[in-house]
Amino acid sequence: MNTWIYIAIFIFLSLFFPTLLAVAGWFLGPRRPNPIKEDTYECGLETVGETWVQFKIQYYLFALVFLVFDVELVFLYPWAVAYHKLPLYAVGEGVLFIALLAAALIYAWRKGALEWS
Amino acid sequence: MGILSQPVGAIAAWLQALLEGWGLAPGLTKVILYLIGAGLVATLVQVWVIFLIWFERKIIGRFQDRLGPNRVGPYGLLQPFADLIKIITKEVILPAKADKAVYLLGPIVMNAGVLAIWAVIPLMPMVGMDTNIAALYTIAVGAFATLGILMSGWASNNKFALVSAIRTVAQMVAYEVPTVLALLVPVLLAGTMSLHGIVKAQHVWFVIFAPLAFLIYFIASVAEVGRTPFDLLEAESEIVAGFHIEYSGMVFAIFYVADFLHAFTIGALAAVLFLGGWRGPGAEAFPLLGVVYLWIKAFAVYFLVVWARGSLPRVRIDQMMDFSWKFLTPLALILLVVAAVLDHFVIGLGVWGRALSHLAANAVVAWLVLQYLEHYDRARARQRPMVAQPGQYPEARPPAPVETSPETAS
Repeated sequence: MNTWIYIAIFIFLSLFFPTLLAVAGWFLGPRRPNPIKEDTYECGLETVGETWVQFKIQYYLFALVFLVFDVELVFLYPWAVAYHKLPLYAVGEGVLFIALLAAALIYAWRKGALEWS
Repeated sequence: MGILSQPVGAIAAWLQALLEGWGLAPGLTKVILYLIGAGLVATLVQVWVIFLIWFERKIIGRFQDRLGPNRVGPYGLLQPFADLIKIITKEVILPAKADKAVYLLGPIVMNAGVLAIWAVIPLMPMVGMDTNIAALYTIAVGAFATLGILMSGWASNNKFALVSAIRTVAQMVAYEVPTVLALLVPVLLAGTMSLHGIVKAQHVWFVIFAPLAFLIYFIASVAEVGRTPFDLLEAESEIVAGFHIEYSGMVFAIFYVADFLHAFTIGALAAVLFLGGWRGPGAEAFPLLGVVYLWIKAFAVYFLVVWARGSLPRVRIDQMMDFSWKFLTPLALILLVVAAVLDHFVIGLGVWGRALSHLAANAVVAWLVLQYLEHYDRARARQRPMVAQPGQYPEARPPAPVETSPETAS
């Protein structure tokens, strides 16, 4: 329990320090806004159209593959922690689980989900 | 229990006695002590960044055959302070079209995510919180840095920034998997997720047990920080400055600090997980030495990061994706299986026997991978010859006859 109090305090402090910097910068720096300064910066050209537009679908596909992987990988951590107490049978099961992960990767690969263009 | 063998414990006990002497409740005293401890560690690493900035500029300067900063103070040591004073007097510009709250939160979240990792890093035998899920905590909190980049890139309402933010997420998503897989190897060898436990288990550094896992962890971490071979998120020649293009003044400085701190933090993590953390001669008896050892190791890894930045060109986005999904991830899976199966049989061999058999297995895997890569390279070269074949490109057309009009002919 004490550990988590310390970690909570640490996270609070790590939010506090950059906020302090930002507030200091806000008050110590000058503030002379004008419309041209506040315009979108594109190296001097005027920006055309909306910024928040549709994106390449590939980013989304990769994110899906990642999601599956990451969720399954978390399951491997308890296995790794208990590893030294496990019999060979349980180690084999862990290897089987990793093999399933590899099979999923190969499937995604063959399906072309890992191709960029 | 002298001040040398238990420096933090002794000071903490003295402070606690002092505060309770003032009539504070024990629970409150504990919180105040934690606040002081956390404040000290957080301030130490933030101030350390000032030195890192000078060091990196100097080293990159030498790599590029320049002198680097050398005007302000001896060896340019005061240059970061001059930069700090200058940047404090700069205006913080709020773009009119930006999503202002998210825009300002972005850098703060990024810096906080990096800084919070230090809560669990074991600086010396008794310092740094010992939690039994520390290894996962570093991954989870480290992802906040990426969230900060995504927030600022999206909220800036700038196309360059948005492209950079989306790329960052793609890169983080790709390299998180090898990182987590490589991190599993030390966890498996030590049998615990606590970073203190992992350090204590390293009678022989885990880099000897698993050099390939260390390499994967290092490469994937560099990619997650977005340092140079993988700095697609701020590719100057394509998207100007990337996600921080609309930021200025002190708010920009927070990004700058977070970037350097992140690079050093992955150095510290790699040192804790693979290079023995605070272990070294005399570190058990004098814990303060442990901080020095950890700092030297973390700094060595940080130097490797800077070295890579000074030596390697930037990769393309499809190369970046392929390298992670089609090379690092399968390799990390193989290594994990090898480590798991092998360790079950060699656990009785004693520390060095275990370490050397793991090293031998790693060498075999490395040799097989290199053989495969060579084979793959040759197969690809057969498919797509580097020399142009006849008929591969259309013949160059003869130049069109120049039309001479009466006006120009005269």
